[in-house]
Amino acid sequence: MSDIIKTSDFDMEFRDEVFKEPDADKITLCFNCTGCTSGCPMAEQEPEYNIRKFLRMANLGMKDALLNSPYLWYCTTCYKCQERCPQGVKNVDTLLKIRTIAIQNGIMLDNHRKVSQLVIKLGHAVPINDDAKEKRKDVGLDDTPPTVHKFEDALGEVQKLLKISGFNELVAEKEETS
Amino acid sequence: MSKLSFFLGCIAPNRYPGIEAATIKTLEKLGTELVDLEGASCCPAPGVFRSFDKITWLALASRNVTLSEEMGLDILTVCNGCFGSLVDANNIMKEDPELKEEVNKILKEIGHEFKGTIEVRHIIEYLSREVGPEKIKAAVTIPMDLNVALHYGCHLVKPSKERHLGSVENPRFFDELVEATGATSVDYEDKMACCGAGGGARTAVLEPSLQMAVNKLEHMKAAGVDCIIDACPFCHLQFDVGQTEIKKKFDKVYDLPVLHYSQLLGLAMGLPLNELGINQNLIINEEFNKKIERIRGGANE
Ligand code: SF4
Ligand code: SF4
Repeated sequence: MSDIIKTSDFDMEFRDEVFKEPDADKITLCFNCTGCTSGCPMAEQEPEYNIRKFLRMANLGMKDALLNSPYLWYCTTCYKCQERCPQGVKNVDTLLKIRTIAIQNGIMLDNHRKVSQLVIKLGHAVPINDDAKEKRKDVGLDDTPPTVHKFEDALGEVQKLLKISGFNELVAEKEETS
Repeated sequence: MSKLSFFLGCIAPNRYPGIEAATIKTLEKLGTELVDLEGASCCPAPGVFRSFDKITWLALASRNVTLSEEMGLDILTVCNGCFGSLVDANNIMKEDPELKEEVNKILKEIGHEFKGTIEVRHIIEYLSREVGPEKIKAAVTIPMDLNVALHYGCHLVKPSKERHLGSVENPRFFDELVEATGATSVDYEDKMACCGAGGGARTAVLEPSLQMAVNKLEHMKAAGVDCIIDACPFCHLQFDVGQTEIKKKFDKVYDLPVLHYSQLLGLAMGLPLNELGINQNLIINEEFNKKIERIRGGANE
């Protein structure tokens, strides 16, 4: 026999951390009707992604299994599950809190890191490029939008904000992976 | 004339500027002047920022809000993602004094302070509540006799506790605005389903994200529509760029043109085609273009 889960594997501090999100403790009210998962459009594509199971795992304090699951990043935050849960569970908000804890533990997808670094560098997650400049002119707009792209001081503010809030450090490339 | 600041976000100005241009021109015709929100940044993208670090998300979103507070104007967004980020942040900051204090400490360092004096609006919700379908109908000069598949997207109506826009399973307010342009909003299976892009999923796991778009496209195509009408540049990108990716990855072709509501409204108000940017999409459907030309007669030039 292998892989018997022991109660000593459960990390109640992790559960407490999840419960710091307002109303995340409502996952204890779940009565397993499966309404959330059965309506989930992502579960239809990828049955391994199961929001109900994830929230039950959080309630049991199964930190490592949750944080290291690749499926943690599948939810589109469409909120269908949260709207239909008869027990008022905050399915999405709780999942997002679990993602936050993953990030704090240094678990981050490369593509998400790239998007974060674009915002640090340019203030936009999807920045302007030459093609878009041409398109802007073609519809009669200035080639640069009146955002941080146009105002250097404003970009400076954004960059300073992200530094102070600790975001730069949070999404920085880790030494050993670079 | 009502006045709002125009929060552009990232995808509209930097990928689909036709949405930006169409919004400015159509709202002006309806009596709303849009003022540049100078120096605004990414909302920031809720899929990444909100789950990465709540304080950073709140602080950056609040900075955008304070820019408009300083102008004494409510904000208009044309994107469900920006709307979700800015409305939610604005509400949290108004309701949670502790978070407000923490975030204001950061904002002070860059010369701003969140006061909580303005509201954040989404073009569809704004047009529905403040302008109304009757007034839009009266401003239409060329009724657009098209069959369209309407895509509300998720964060315009959900979470419903925050949005207060009525039914999330069978809303009507966007359909009414579409029908005011002369178009028919065709019912299709699972109309309220997500496009698959949000929550960082398009960035994280492209294939299952696109599969969700495939489901929607199948249902739209089966309903025999001429085009898709959306309310969000990110859904717009998922359907437009997504159709080219779906062709490559899954060998499926739909050829469905994708228009933001502002662009449909622009067509119905007789605005010149090139100023609406409809042919800047990746998906160009000649049949659709001919139909538009037939309906609009000389107005295309
Ligand atoms: S819908 Fe609510 S009660 Fe039902 S299984 Fe999901 S979380 Fe539990
Ligand atoms: S919000 Fe996430 S978990 Fe809930 S139904 Fe949508 S994709 Fe599924």
